[in-house]
Amino acid sequence: MPIMKVEDFYFTYPGVSAPSLKGITLPIMKNKITALIGPSGCGKSTLLRSMNRIHDLYPGNKYEGRIELLNLETDEFENILEIKKENDFIKLRQKVGMIFQKPTPFPMSIFDNVAYGLKIMGIKNKSELHDRVEDALKGAALWKEVHDRLDKSAMGLSGGQQQRLCIARAVAVKPEVLLFDEPTSALDPISTGAIEELIVELKNDVSIAIVTHNMQQASRISDYTAFMYLGDLIEYDETEKIFLNPKEQKTEDYITGRFG
Amino acid sequence: MLEKLFQKISLLSASLVLVILVGIFTTLFLAAKPAIDEYGFNFVTEKAWDKEVPLVQDTTTQNIDNIAVGSAEDLADDDTVIDDEDDVISDEDDADDDTILMDDEDEESTATKTIYGGLVPVVGTLLTTLIALIFAVPIAMGIAIFLSEIAPKNISNVVGIAIELLAAIPSIIFGMWGLYYFAPIVSDLFGGYQVSLLTAGLVLGVMILPFMAAITRDSMNTTPNVLKESAYAMGATKFEVIKDVIFPYSKVGIIGSIILALGRALGETMAVAFLIGSIFSLPQKITDPTISIPVALANNFGEASGLGESALFYLALILFIISFAIISFAKFYFLKRVKK
Amino acid sequence: MRLLINKIVLALSTLSAVVGLAFLGWILITLVAKGITSFHFELFLKDLVDGGLRNLIIGQFIMAGIASLIGIPLGMVAGIYIREYGRGKYAEFIRDLSDIMMSAPSIVIGAFVYAVIVIPTGGTSGFAGAIALAIMMIPIIINTTDSMLSLVPKELREAGIALGASKYKVIFDIVIKAAKVGIMTGVLLSFARIIGETAPLLFTSETSNYFSLNLTESFPSLTVSIYDLANEPEKASRDLAWAASFILTVIVLVINLTGRYITRNKHK
Repeated sequence: MPIMKVEDFYFTYPGVSAPSLKGITLPIMKNKITALIGPSGCGKSTLLRSMNRIHDLYPGNKYEGRIELLNLETDEFENILEIKKENDFIKLRQKVGMIFQKPTPFPMSIFDNVAYGLKIMGIKNKSELHDRVEDALKGAALWKEVHDRLDKSAMGLSGGQQQRLCIARAVAVKPEVLLFDEPTSALDPISTGAIEELIVELKNDVSIAIVTHNMQQASRISDYTAFMYLGDLIEYDETEKIFLNPKEQKTEDYITGRFG
Repeated sequence: MLEKLFQKISLLSASLVLVILVGIFTTLFLAAKPAIDEYGFNFVTEKAWDKEVPLVQDTTTQNIDNIAVGSAEDLADDDTVIDDEDDVISDEDDADDDTILMDDEDEESTATKTIYGGLVPVVGTLLTTLIALIFAVPIAMGIAIFLSEIAPKNISNVVGIAIELLAAIPSIIFGMWGLYYFAPIVSDLFGGYQVSLLTAGLVLGVMILPFMAAITRDSMNTTPNVLKESAYAMGATKFEVIKDVIFPYSKVGIIGSIILALGRALGETMAVAFLIGSIFSLPQKITDPTISIPVALANNFGEASGLGESALFYLALILFIISFAIISFAKFYFLKRVKK
Repeated sequence: MRLLINKIVLALSTLSAVVGLAFLGWILITLVAKGITSFHFELFLKDLVDGGLRNLIIGQFIMAGIASLIGIPLGMVAGIYIREYGRGKYAEFIRDLSDIMMSAPSIVIGAFVYAVIVIPTGGTSGFAGAIALAIMMIPIIINTTDSMLSLVPKELREAGIALGASKYKVIFDIVIKAAKVGIMTGVLLSFARIIGETAPLLFTSETSNYFSLNLTESFPSLTVSIYDLANEPEKASRDLAWAASFILTVIVLVINLTGRYITRNKHK
């Protein structure tokens, strides 16, 4: 059952004439992991970044079509492309979180990093903050390593730890959807493995969309896979089917390594 | 919302720069206007500064004879005669303005007017800057090459910092050192006066050295390593790589740095003030004393008034326009910043 | 032959660097030699009227301090605008203008302040001097804030926005903090620069022989006094000018080096 639905979505970057995404339609299933794969420039990151409207930091984009997010209270879908007010953007991003390719710890203590989103939500009570930070760090499998130095700067953590910190930070606000934009491509294999494990565990609580250029990663962890090429969605299906029995020739070519 | 408020405040702060710039230009122009009206463009060709010239008048006519005296020197066109006459009558500098009748033997009722001409400071400014550039450019290029291509990293860092410290030294210190230590050496080597066009130009050169060297080095460092490596791989010597690869690649930045340094040198005051001699006369030799616009301003602003003060503002305006033009030229044609 | 030319050019370049260093060394040695012989601790205790430098040093710091109180916030906020909020032509334009103003002749700024403050208020004042210094400081701070903010990777901003923070919060909580050290260095370097200025003060604050905290009249300035003292015929005055020059240079270089040191130290 989907928690987000992309419907006939076109996206054009500012100052560019041709759209980078052409008529994309796919669902993001609740409590499942959906992988977006494809060669460089296919638009997978562009699509991901549309799902939390982060493109709007850079004015001039053109959207067409719909991206619908299920409102868990009213049980109705709302088109997030219609959001205009500052407040609504903030609410959207509290429901749809994002983790980036480069670990992005804020220049503050580990505790303050994880609490950042909570403070924005207005949570001030110290013990509540403490509890939620602890939960989030445990959920990101980082608590044991940092519980005794929560007030130390986050910049002192290793790359893998920093990325887990970013995950904890995103998870602390209890979002409904988490978007991962090539989260392990800047990390070493061991950290990568740890993060993949983490992502799989997380799907119990959140729905996940992950962009990856690593096909093995997609086949390892995702439930559904979407293959994209030059702005088009070529094929979407359950991961097993895509990798073992793709319907489109292009999909098969990509998976078998003929290009990309 | 705090967000929108801050956005507005920051926009206003940013606009302050524009406001200040326009303010400077307008203020200088208005303050210079009496002198501009009085002298027009001939201000720049007139040598005399603060020279009182008597007006000879005939008892029968009060107009035409004004041309014969005093005005002849600074007026090329007849048009300005009439302005002149009007100004003479309202000229604050001269006490005897209403005396139209002149008696040759009676000094007290002699009407005079004062001429201010900016030629000497303008020439001084341009020549000192020229000397500074001729001296500084080769040395700055050499330093940049050393820092960028010759020195190993740690030496390059240390020397680079030393050069930047040279840039941080206040200009008045250059003036002091220049006057007591450098000037005697210059006059020993070249003859002539210690405080002179040459001394001022050379010390000005030492002052713009670090700036030019730093920007040139930075430009040179933007040359992609692959380009250099391909040249070396073909057997080129270091000099050839610099000459044929690095310099052409960073040419724009280098020329920009030179022009920018020129722009800054034009406005330098304190070092030049100690060393140029502060004399309102055109130098016959390079080792003669003279004056530049910033020095003229520095020395005279406190005591000037009326038309004299206005003439100083006129000089300031000229300096501002020339500097602004040259610096803008350097910036827009050569030193475009890499966008985000 | 090629190798010979190569050797000559490289030797000349190294020689240029030596020449550059030689000038630096020469000036510093001169300063130390002349400055130390004229230096005695009492200079810090007496005012110019009694042959000391106390009022001048304090006065110079006060004017530079006030200039900083005005120039730093204005410059930083303007720098934030052009880097974080500005889109398109206007922000670019202001950025370029600010760059140009950084190299503008300081004496012209003095003339400007003379016309808009000194003339209407009927006389020189420490306030006018501080304003002149502030006008010089603003473009420098804008430039340094803009540069330092541009070094902060865009992902950091995006990560803040992705958590639901408003742009204003992202700038202050995250971006400025990340650029904090660089901005501090820029601030220190620009303070070092304006505290060494003479030209803009010559006819705005002039100077004073006496200790004064009254900004509405001529205000003691170390740099202007060095100029005056150096032009006086008495040897004692010139010696005092050297001592003052030495102290001024030490102040400027110490602040400058401190600024650089902070950047060096913060590698994380």
